[in-house]
Amino acid sequence: MKQRWWDYVILVVGMLVLWQLTFYVVGPDAITPPLQTVQQLQILIAQDDFWDNVKATGIAFSYACVLALVGGLLTGVLIGSSKMADQILSPILGTLYSVPKIVLYPVILLIFGLGMPAKVAFGALHGFFPVALFAIGAIRNIPPVLLRTSRVMNLTWSSLARSILLPAAWPEIVTGLRIGFSTTLLGTLIGELFASNAGLGFMLMRAMDIHDVPDIMALTLLLFLIATGANTIILAIENRVHAHAR
Amino acid sequence: MRSPAFWRIVILVIAVLTLEILCRTGIVDSYTMIPPSMMVVALVDMIRHADWFWADASYTFENIAVAITLSIVLGFVFGLVIHALPRFRRVLNPVLLSYYSVPTFVFYPLLIVIFGIGPTSLIVMGAMFGIVAMISSTLTAIDRIPRVYGKVARVAGMNTWQTALRIKLPAATPRLFSGLTLAVAYSVTGVIAAEFIIATAGLGRQLTLSYNEFDSATMYGLILLILIFAAVSNGLLQSWEARIYRRWYRS
Repeated sequence: MKQRWWDYVILVVGMLVLWQLTFYVVGPDAITPPLQTVQQLQILIAQDDFWDNVKATGIAFSYACVLALVGGLLTGVLIGSSKMADQILSPILGTLYSVPKIVLYPVILLIFGLGMPAKVAFGALHGFFPVALFAIGAIRNIPPVLLRTSRVMNLTWSSLARSILLPAAWPEIVTGLRIGFSTTLLGTLIGELFASNAGLGFMLMRAMDIHDVPDIMALTLLLFLIATGANTIILAIENRVHAHAR
Repeated sequence: MRSPAFWRIVILVIAVLTLEILCRTGIVDSYTMIPPSMMVVALVDMIRHADWFWADASYTFENIAVAITLSIVLGFVFGLVIHALPRFRRVLNPVLLSYYSVPTFVFYPLLIVIFGIGPTSLIVMGAMFGIVAMISSTLTAIDRIPRVYGKVARVAGMNTWQTALRIKLPAATPRLFSGLTLAVAYSVTGVIAAEFIIATAGLGRQLTLSYNEFDSATMYGLILLILIFAAVSNGLLQSWEARIYRRWYRS
């Protein structure tokens, strides 16, 4: 299915029309229309504390992302390279991935206290499992003939990893990294929504406490744009990796 | 050589015992975590004696049930409709691809403004989280039905309804079931997370309350309950799914 640029145009215009129509139905007490929301976002950006909050979310997310992606990748490659470890541990990781990790947030708050470390831990907890699971799956799907060839050629472990394992598993690993990136963002923001003292999620909850609909709308739009923007970029990279691998 | 399941149980037992020892010896203090054995005691105690338990539990599970039903039924119907309209599907494709990259919970404050604090917001949140997995799975399920099946149906002189019910639906079942498994897991997470952030009742709400009141017995009892519920329901669905796949793709 080839995507064309006017498909995106139709999509964006369609969403804006739908948004405006929803506004006419539910009224100004519930939501603000697109144009007003963008204007409100400009006002928010001009405020003093806005960039501090962006920074707080950005730093927490960056740390969480590094922890989740690096930790998940190492764990995944380690488990994936042993068939027995894969059989024993993959179901455990799968279960941990599927349970609602949100209920663990109070535990994390008790361990780390309110603030940056708790958000980082919670974000990383969300991103770790998909990255690890995709890495395990990627190594599992490497054609056995490649491994047999490497044994015939007496490759050392490091050259095996560099010249066979990584190139063969890379496309699937990149998919895992993209999903890990998204889930880490989700985790960091849920952490901020539930309990925090800074960040975009915190701003959103503060706006909700005082029922400030324009601010809620503007912040929701901003977070939506950040998430879809980041995903579009990574998806483009992923598609190039996959096309290259083929 | 023992089976993987045996080693999983060994690992689980070691993990729980380690936690128990860490908590009992005071290396992890009792404000942070109570020993696992106490969590079980707290859970049983809560189910038997807490006056709020059954009301809040049924509130949560009813909302989860409605959210799951909505996301599966609507997801399937939307999937069918979108599949029937290829032009519309092409426009919608970026949304389906990047839907789960948007942290859906940022819409929860908005839902509260529109629907108020109550079951409706929780159900919509849960359904919003689950429905797209079902839509995507429905689309793939129909895409992957081999062409030759349709030809066989035509040769056998079946009409559209017969083809849909006796050929297409069975052929699509395994992938539809994968979507169903995902939709259930996502809907459960959606409802509980929303309750946890803001709600007037429910297990997630009680969890927030117990955290705010430093009531670690109730808090850990609830965490244990929700984790067990999620893990068991997910495990059952996944083994069922594996069985369906084995039956359909035996060759």
